[in-house]
Amino acid sequence: MAEVTRLVHKYLRHDKKFPHVWCPGCGNGILLGALIRAIDGTGLEKDEIVVVSGIGCSGRISVYVDFNTLHTTHGRALTFATGIKLANPKLNVIVIMGDGDATAIGGNHFIHAARRNLDLTAIVVNNNIYGMTGGQYSPTTPYGAFATTSPYGNIEHAFSIAELAVTAGAGMVSRGTVFHASMLDELIGKAILKPGFAVVEVVSHCHTQYGRRNLMGGAVEMLRLQKESAVRVEKAKDMTQEQLRGKFTVGILADRDLPVYTQEYDKVREAARAMASGRERPSGAI
Amino acid sequence: MTKRPPGRQLVLQGNEAIVEGALAAGCRFFAGYPITPATEISEAMSYRLPAVDGAFIQMEDEIASLGAVIGASLAGVKSMTATSGPGFSLMQENLGFACAAEVPCVIVDVMRGGPSTGLPTRVSQGDVMQARWGTHGDHPVIVLAASTTQDCFTTTVRAFNLSEKYRTPVILLADEVVAHTREKIYLPRPEEVEVIDRIRPNMPPDWYIPYEDNSRGVPPMSVFGDGYRYHVTGLVHDVRGFPTERQDEITAFMGRIFRKITQHLLDIQQIEEEMTQDAEVLVIAYGCVSRSARRAVREARERGVKAGLIQLVTLWPFPRQAVEPVLRRARVALVPELNMGQMSREIKRISQGATRIETLNRVDGNMITPGEILTRLIKM
Repeated sequence: MAEVTRLVHKYLRHDKKFPHVWCPGCGNGILLGALIRAIDGTGLEKDEIVVVSGIGCSGRISVYVDFNTLHTTHGRALTFATGIKLANPKLNVIVIMGDGDATAIGGNHFIHAARRNLDLTAIVVNNNIYGMTGGQYSPTTPYGAFATTSPYGNIEHAFSIAELAVTAGAGMVSRGTVFHASMLDELIGKAILKPGFAVVEVVSHCHTQYGRRNLMGGAVEMLRLQKESAVRVEKAKDMTQEQLRGKFTVGILADRDLPVYTQEYDKVREAARAMASGRERPSGAI
Repeated sequence: MTKRPPGRQLVLQGNEAIVEGALAAGCRFFAGYPITPATEISEAMSYRLPAVDGAFIQMEDEIASLGAVIGASLAGVKSMTATSGPGFSLMQENLGFACAAEVPCVIVDVMRGGPSTGLPTRVSQGDVMQARWGTHGDHPVIVLAASTTQDCFTTTVRAFNLSEKYRTPVILLADEVVAHTREKIYLPRPEEVEVIDRIRPNMPPDWYIPYEDNSRGVPPMSVFGDGYRYHVTGLVHDVRGFPTERQDEITAFMGRIFRKITQHLLDIQQIEEEMTQDAEVLVIAYGCVSRSARRAVREARERGVKAGLIQLVTLWPFPRQAVEPVLRRARVALVPELNMGQMSREIKRISQGATRIETLNRVDGNMITPGEILTRLIKM
């Protein structure tokens, strides 16, 4: 049996009514493949994995994969994931969001999940647009770009999702693209195994809603642009600002050993038990 | 036979009694955001939960709080959040999710004066309709009201039990007066408390159809991680949990989530009656107002007025079958509330003009006194 067939049989749902909702040429299918290969590589059992997703095109990934899956409200995927992880820390929780989902409506949840360094994997698919609702500008739509709600050009400036996550305190942050598919396998695999909050920004494309309005061609041309614009983090260190203009880095941007929330909370439990059994006096003003 | 040691008698405030009730009911997860007058619930939970292997987290807002509560419940842990009016408004989005995905959880709303930031430290009953209709779309919901510190304990236990039994969010409405009144409470021993847990699937995982209808209308609920991998979504879904737009599947889904509440109305509805057998003049009240009403009714009896009290414990679904017979026997009913008439409107609808319904409304951040109710009872 071909490897891809084995993975399809093992990880995609047989009882789900296919076909999927994505346009031909969409990056979400490539991400889905990378996610499955990465999970297969970790050796985790399907029952141990929870895939939580938000609202939008990428949010539909959860319905196709044979794990414990949860399709939440718009922007709130990380909050649901927080509850799952705290209730059962043995579960491996992977959260999939879009750029609007994670950094507009869910922006506050995103930075606070990073700050807590709770042991979650957050995959943010960045296609620079609200695709499902028909192409409105998002927090990652570049300045000047056209969208259905910026018919005269976008006058807002874009977030850089991975850098935002680094600053907010995530344990691991990386960026990949759907063009560099095998690299994406690796980045997602490392993120899943990383204790603490691990973010993977996945640069993708929406030729239907974004590329078309900005004369960027179809899926092939947009994938080619990802290839041309991506610079490895290691290489970018030796490049000047001028050389990096219009480009973005790919690879692991941050990998830090910060205190992990669930382990910290175990200490809280220990302290609470000690106090409840009378071994220690309360220190706070309770 | 040796006599068992009884439960404990303590002096607690309503918010603390809610925490005791939640812990007795098996709550082991709490997520919340500070807000007056509900904050003591968060504080007590942060202190108590880690000692019993539970988890407490202070989230970045109330939207996140209810999100985390739903997540924890899906992972098999009984969960609760507590807030007041403005925070409750923020929770409405995820409350709808919990209704649609049928996730048991308890939301405590300690009501304060509104609208907007309103009267943060003052009492109100302004969220009765928000609790019923706050989230978007048609949805069933269970709302209970507590009126004393003891009530806070028992009603919280009941909220968890109904939530687990019917796989639905249950809203417990307290108010600033109930939450902050310190009084004597009897805390029963754990074995004295009836605790209901959700029914979990026991068939082989391949046979599990997560949203398949049955006679109760409540499908067994599996927990993430126990081998029954399934999909949970806020989209209208088929019996397997997958999104659907087929008319027959939409109708079946909507029909079932309503039916599971309506067909169990007798179990869900709860009222307390006092001297209603021969009552000509009835008071229908809930929350802290029912305490003033109880005293007013007793004093009216002393003065020869045939008064009686119905205290609503279940607010929604409205306990129509319990209230209607008493209401029919009465000549006139007074509905005192700390809002502009949110519940009296429903009672007028039930009465259909058969019994005259009078209102007594107060929205100045103060309690309705027994004297105010008594004066009206005598005039009626």
